[in-house]
Amino acid sequence: MASINRRVLPGFSLTLGYTVFYLSILVLIPITACFLKASTLSFHEFWDAVWTERARAAYYLTFGAALIAALVNLVLGMLLAWVLVRYTFPGKKIVDSLVDLPLALPTAVGGLVYASLYVQKGWLGQYLVPWGIRGAYTRLGIVLVLIFVGLPFVVRTVQPILEDLDPESEEAAASLGSTRWQTFRNVILPTLYPALITGFALAFARGIGEYGSVVFVSGNMPYKTEIAPILIVARLEEFAYSEATAIAVGLLVISFIMLVLINRLERWSMRHEY
Amino acid sequence: MSTEALVRPHAVAVTIRRHAQEDPAWVRWSLTLFALAVVGLLVVVPVVNVFAEALSEGLRVYWNNLFADPDTRQSIFLTLTVVPIALAANIVFGLAAAWAIARFNFPGRTLLTALIDLPFSVSPVVAGLMFVLIFGLQGYFGPFLRRDGYSVMPYLISIVGVGLFILLFLLLRPSNCQTRKGFWKYPWLSVLTGSGAVFSLLLFVQLYFHVWPRNQSLKIIFATPGLVLATAFVTFPFVARELIPVMEAVGADEELAAVSLGASGWRMFWDVTIPNIKWGLVYGIILCNARAIGEFGAVYVVSGHIAGKTDTMPLRIEKLFQEYNLPGSFAVASLLTLVAIFTLIAKAKLERKFPTTANLPEPKTIETQL
Repeated sequence: MASINRRVLPGFSLTLGYTVFYLSILVLIPITACFLKASTLSFHEFWDAVWTERARAAYYLTFGAALIAALVNLVLGMLLAWVLVRYTFPGKKIVDSLVDLPLALPTAVGGLVYASLYVQKGWLGQYLVPWGIRGAYTRLGIVLVLIFVGLPFVVRTVQPILEDLDPESEEAAASLGSTRWQTFRNVILPTLYPALITGFALAFARGIGEYGSVVFVSGNMPYKTEIAPILIVARLEEFAYSEATAIAVGLLVISFIMLVLINRLERWSMRHEY
Repeated sequence: MSTEALVRPHAVAVTIRRHAQEDPAWVRWSLTLFALAVVGLLVVVPVVNVFAEALSEGLRVYWNNLFADPDTRQSIFLTLTVVPIALAANIVFGLAAAWAIARFNFPGRTLLTALIDLPFSVSPVVAGLMFVLIFGLQGYFGPFLRRDGYSVMPYLISIVGVGLFILLFLLLRPSNCQTRKGFWKYPWLSVLTGSGAVFSLLLFVQLYFHVWPRNQSLKIIFATPGLVLATAFVTFPFVARELIPVMEAVGADEELAAVSLGASGWRMFWDVTIPNIKWGLVYGIILCNARAIGEFGAVYVVSGHIAGKTDTMPLRIEKLFQEYNLPGSFAVASLLTLVAIFTLIAKAKLERKFPTTANLPEPKTIETQL
């Protein structure tokens, strides 16, 4: 059918040409410039820029916080998807819409609110800070805001799979005498693994790159609450372009890997489903 | 696949509650309550807090925070200029990319589709940095742009002119091969000579009449063009990703029929394609708009934070926050929160009524936009 289309339907070369042109200007040339700039550094210089003590602390924090947040989101997302698909309660549609709010809300607003909620005088901080739980200007604050930002991903990947789940397998499990928990654990959960992992990867990728919200809540103290994107900005503000680029290239390579991984996962989960 | 198949029969989709699928009541209750607590704590409390903080000193102060401060006012205007430009560019791109990818098969199609997803995984800060490396003062084009930046404008305008010419040529060309007469018979020759003529004419006019200032620096980074570029980069996938599955699901039958009945490409596009995909398009635009307005990281790097000049609304929030002007900061934030709430309402309405990626029958795309 596709080959017929090209002869009959108009606009193939026009649209493809424009698409490639637009992507070159916006994506390919900038990425090339980034790698070109990094390639002017010798390996030693590159390594010195990428692997300083401060940078290492930033990587650990970036990946650690993103990992913890994604794991929390895995559990919360599974729970929310389950409740939204299986149960009915008043206001369900509103809750369903609200799950998307972290995607629609500008990250700067998210960061601003989380910074003010968990300080000592804040709505939640006034109860938590006396207990020693400081959710602003600490690593905990970074994790909290990353949980907020990544909340929709797992919910939205698991929800459609759960909706289309065949009730018969559950009936079969029940009729063979399994308890509800056994059915969930051994029948339902395995079919959700691909979706869960995809959602986890998406939330994790988002967490690694997140900047707008973290910059508000972290306080940006080197070695303590500085994540990798903040380090890049700090280097840029010192006009240390090469060092900034070196770290950026590191992050870029990681995002490419994540992109390929997520792509594979999505295809895998689709094949699993149909 | 016909269009009727797109509207999923909801009666079937609603899970028929069977006994085997039912959890014990205490499990149901506790899980529901826990889920509500999570959403309340993570989402509802912050949103309410934004408005509470913004209005904490009364409506009058709120109003003054928003519109009496010239820098804040300027940031609102800047957002209202940057976002529509980036949005328009991304809509055109989205339509073109969706048409090419959903309707035709070509080598590199999978790669192109993957490339469109790139901004979802690239850190916005890195995106901003890439543009600084090209157009910034120490970047590849920086020294040139600073010395005599406007000298590229005649060529740029001429290239845009040629692009428009080719577009017009393709749109006006009679679709039926047999009725083509005169220069329509030799498309390549006509396009080449026509493009050459348009290019030289435009170039000549601009150079002869000195339309652009000479030996002046053209600012891209730390100025509005950089903001537009950064915003466009971060948000270009939204429209395209929304349209591709919708177009694939609608299928090409009606378009093939229109063309075989003699409609021109333009006519087919407006009378057949657009009506079929319009709700998907609206959906994509809403998502793209929300993200473009809120973009922070990429814009942060390219803006340079010149107060009253290159601060968009999210950047203004950050600056007011750094200046300990929390009510002012929350006032701007409340505007953006309103946009986000409007986005959610519109999104929910569209998802319930029209075919978008969120409720396409299959192939099911996992919805990860925004």
